[in-house]
Amino acid sequence: MCLITDEYFTYNQLINKNGEEKKIRGKIGDNVLYLAHRHDIPLEGACEASLACSTCHVYVDFDYLDLLPEPDEREEDMLDMAPSLKENSRLGCQIILTKEMEGMKLTLPPITRNFYVDGHVPQPH
Amino acid sequence: MIRLKRMAVGAIRSFSSKITPIPRIAIIGSGPAGFYTAQHLLKSNSKLHVDIYEKLFAPYGLVRYGVAPDHPEVKNVISTFSKTAINDRCRWIGNVEIGRDISIRDMRKAYSALVFSYGCQIDKLLNIPGENLKGVYSAREFVEWYNGLPSASTLNPNLDCEDVVILGQGNVAIDVARMFLSPLDELRKTDISEYALDKISKSRVKRVHLVGRRGPLQAACTIAELRELTKLPNCFGIITHQEVEFLREKIKELPRPKKRMMELMLKIADSSIDNKIDFQKQWSLSFFKSPLEFLPSEENPDQLGKIRFSLNKLKDNIAYPTGETVELSTNLAFRSIGYRGVGIPGLPFDSERGLIPNKNGSVINERGLYCSGWIKRGPTGVIATTMNDGFETAKTILEDINSSRIDITSDQLGFDGLANSLKDIKVKPLNYQDWSKIDMIETQVGTAKGKSREKFVDIQEVFKLLDH
Repeated sequence: MCLITDEYFTYNQLINKNGEEKKIRGKIGDNVLYLAHRHDIPLEGACEASLACSTCHVYVDFDYLDLLPEPDEREEDMLDMAPSLKENSRLGCQIILTKEMEGMKLTLPPITRNFYVDGHVPQPH
Repeated sequence: MIRLKRMAVGAIRSFSSKITPIPRIAIIGSGPAGFYTAQHLLKSNSKLHVDIYEKLFAPYGLVRYGVAPDHPEVKNVISTFSKTAINDRCRWIGNVEIGRDISIRDMRKAYSALVFSYGCQIDKLLNIPGENLKGVYSAREFVEWYNGLPSASTLNPNLDCEDVVILGQGNVAIDVARMFLSPLDELRKTDISEYALDKISKSRVKRVHLVGRRGPLQAACTIAELRELTKLPNCFGIITHQEVEFLREKIKELPRPKKRMMELMLKIADSSIDNKIDFQKQWSLSFFKSPLEFLPSEENPDQLGKIRFSLNKLKDNIAYPTGETVELSTNLAFRSIGYRGVGIPGLPFDSERGLIPNKNGSVINERGLYCSGWIKRGPTGVIATTMNDGFETAKTILEDINSSRIDITSDQLGFDGLANSLKDIKVKPLNYQDWSKIDMIETQVGTAKGKSREKFVDIQEVFKLLDH
């Protein structure tokens, strides 16, 4: 028997900042990447959860951020390459739902135009 | 008679204009940029059809011919691409080179829009004396060689030496380094081409020197690739303390990705101090050096013997020579300073930057022409970058369809209108079913050898297989 937890996805489609919000239900133990796929949420996951890309990048609601286990070094290394990296960035494929995550809101990064290709914040010289 | 014919054509036109014609999009190049563009187009518009053209007999571009064989997890993206390829409204056409087998003019007539996603085929030259000496190779060609790209399969590099110098510090440079440093048993299981594995297994290379013209902050590799080097068994990494010491003061102000990268470099430099001579192999990352000249060896005037470097200092991120020089002895060097795109005759091209000038993927001043991937933004970035980029180009096309900025007419027949002309020139196009068969055989042959795949290199063999 699995407990049910609610989860929210907000996604900013392309450059539209008024992202559409979609509430979906997931089970404890669900992987966020595959949960998103089942609900037709455009989270890619090119490497199929093998920590070789950053295409399942999401922003985690700050209220829930501490509930997630610390990212391991390999996840951090991939996040460093993610376009539009923020403090609350994580890879969706590394988030496994727990009871405590009920109501967690995840936001997809915008597909930015003219983003910096290596994910680095431009530095004033 | 003539009049009648004209009337008939007119009748067909007025009849067909009542049916909404299907937007037909041609994508030229079936690498990640092409597939991601196709994926977004097909998903967002339930009417349009996509034909993806590929000049080789195999799809996936750099995923097949660029990604290192020991990075199979990066190639998982193929399963997403193959879903696009088998979509009812998508057709993959292999072994057809646009511009050679079908003209751009004919393509424009057959489609509502063309997307160029053919990537960057050539590499940048250093343009210094001695670049043609034996032993100086292009990293790109070397990568293509071990990955089984047909045109590079005859490279047959001479790897019979102990020191290798790689000029450049991007991920391609690190991939090349790993080919010499990784345990052979690891490489053996991959889809590396048999002939390359043979040759690499006989190489005597012990030390790989990765040399950059600027400093650690400008190194182009990603942290995951650099960290992978530090974890190779029986292998020792060196960064000279003096070259990175200045980072200690700066590190706090850096944005996160750079900060973590510099922490790793300092860690490597710190552990370089206890010189572990008992390791079999060694690599080094060295900075602030530009190659000035490749010099011949004393024994053979045609063969590389050493490289003379200028020592540089940085000002505003630009390297300036200090006037001092150093020399490194080596018989083998790889130039790994980036790729370059090539333009299409008659179409706009920014030869300075090596890309097609565009606005969000729409080719400047050319209605119905688009670009995606490296030929759109230059040869940088990881798969996530190319994905976003492909989606952006697709979005621009979809907007142009909606605003009628591109012509969609019923006499645009896509590949159906072009296939006959290929027969005349004896070009045999492949479809995705053909590829699936090739794919299956490659996997079977590989499995029998304990590898993930053995790639076909000779297209004649591919046709022999398909004729059966």
